[in-house]
Amino acid sequence: MKPASFEYVTARTVEEAVRALADSEGEGKCLAGGQSLVPLMNFRLARPPLLVDLGQVDELRQLRHDDDGSLVVGALVTHREVAGSPLIAERVPLLAEAAREVGHAAIRNRGTIGGSFAHADPVAELPCVGLTLDAEIVAAGPHRRRTIAAADFFQGPFTTALAADEVLVEIRFPASGAERSGWAFCELARRRGDLAVVGVAAQLERRGQRLSARIGLAGVAGRPVRAVAAEAGLSGATPDAASFRAAGEAVAASLAPPSDIHGSAALRRRVASVLTERALERAARRLEAA
Amino acid sequence: MSERVFRFRLNGTEVEGRAEPRRLLSDYLRDDLGLTGTHVGCEHGICGACTIHLNGRAVRSCLLFACQVDGAEVRTVEGLADARDPLSPLQEAFWEHHGLQCGFCTPGMLMTAAELLETNPDPTEGEIREAISGNLCRCTGYVFIVDAIRAAADKLGARGAERQ
Ligand SMILES: Cc1cc2nc3c(=O)[nH]c(=O)nc-3n(C[C@H](O)[C@H](O)[C@H](O)COP(=O)(O)OP(=O)(O)OC[C@H]3O[C@@H](n4cnc5c(N)ncnc54)[C@H](O)[C@@H]3O)c2cc1C
Ligand code: FES
Ligand code: FES
Repeated sequence: MKPASFEYVTARTVEEAVRALADSEGEGKCLAGGQSLVPLMNFRLARPPLLVDLGQVDELRQLRHDDDGSLVVGALVTHREVAGSPLIAERVPLLAEAAREVGHAAIRNRGTIGGSFAHADPVAELPCVGLTLDAEIVAAGPHRRRTIAAADFFQGPFTTALAADEVLVEIRFPASGAERSGWAFCELARRRGDLAVVGVAAQLERRGQRLSARIGLAGVAGRPVRAVAAEAGLSGATPDAASFRAAGEAVAASLAPPSDIHGSAALRRRVASVLTERALERAARRLEAA
Repeated sequence: MSERVFRFRLNGTEVEGRAEPRRLLSDYLRDDLGLTGTHVGCEHGICGACTIHLNGRAVRSCLLFACQVDGAEVRTVEGLADARDPLSPLQEAFWEHHGLQCGFCTPGMLMTAAELLETNPDPTEGEIREAISGNLCRCTGYVFIVDAIRAAADKLGARGAERQ
């Protein structure tokens, strides 16, 4: 229950962090909030020979909106800050709602959005929202910075498109362009603050008379997934109880979730269906009120 | 691996620390500084017994390396009461309302509740239960802990009112 020995360096800039990772030939690891990495190290499931502490890298704490209307959240912004930020509540309220479901207060005080994306737990809330809103991930490597679509970033359980010598710099949430929208994040966890068994992110968007839906699911596959069939079924539909039930059924029909100690495949399929319906209902109420 | 030197404020006093990078803050506080008030249960973030305040926020000391507190302000359960009183009003309320039996979870409960009352001085029962959801207690059944935190909120509220 104690970590193995490692070298520890604090980086002051993204470039310094990248250089330290590159010098370690892919063996080093970034340390952000430590809420996922340190438990793994204490169990010795992870034994990185080098930790690059990002805590002093101010660039990673930014929270701003860009000229194109997108909201930019720096990798070190904590779950607590995401949950409480007025800017996020205004621009990407779905993300704020999801952040409130992450762990407990003490975990949210330290854990970061960048760490959550890089860790890529298949049941994690924030990656699911990133996928649902077509977020883009900015990564810095030794030679350049690149932008990765969320759909390409999450590749499998605890596996992302980040290279071993890349630092996740920020996550960009593009402006939806909708005149009005309603959102909801719903999850089932065994106890308050536990990792979710299944989570559902939903957003309804209105452009003119036209309705469209975004639905993302966590805990039903090795990575977050979009409920493509359910989204298509709701496109242009009337947002009512019948269409939401149909969306829930479409979700159930499209999934082949894994079974594990936290829930069987059948449970996950059923919960995903029910939570999709509930999330859409709550999103629709907010759309009405908008 | 070579030791690192770090400076921080611990319960109001400047400390110059020295530890290997792998030294967990929880072990550093308990074994190197002798501050055994901070308890260690699971060492992976689940039980909450090791909760302390880092720059005013409740955090798990088992998920921090000691050298990470360089430049920070750390408060442990030993620093909850000010020098004149043996117990803070929150600690008193735990005593009066039987908010502890074996006492293993107590330091973490206190540090968690202290942050709650600093940010939300008048919490509902639901908010209290939500706040301590990350702190496991195997003895009390939580009811008296919730009572104690609510009573502390009343105590602190009354003090605030007196001062005005
Ligand atoms: C009791 C408990 C309950 C929890 N409950 C939940 C929950 O309900 N939902 C949930 O999603 N999570 C939960 N978590 C995990 C928590 O959300 C973590 O904060 C998060 O998964 C990782 O963020 P971090 O900043 O702590 O990252 P760290 O632990 O520091 O790092 C995690 C991984 O990401 C890498 N990394 C971090 N930042 C960067 C970066 N900028 N660039 C490149 N790589 C990087 C690290 O190298 C490491 O591999 C829980 C944790 C605990 C202990
Ligand atoms: S010992 Fe730190 S949370 Fe259990
Ligand atoms: S009093 Fe014994 S664990 Fe809480």
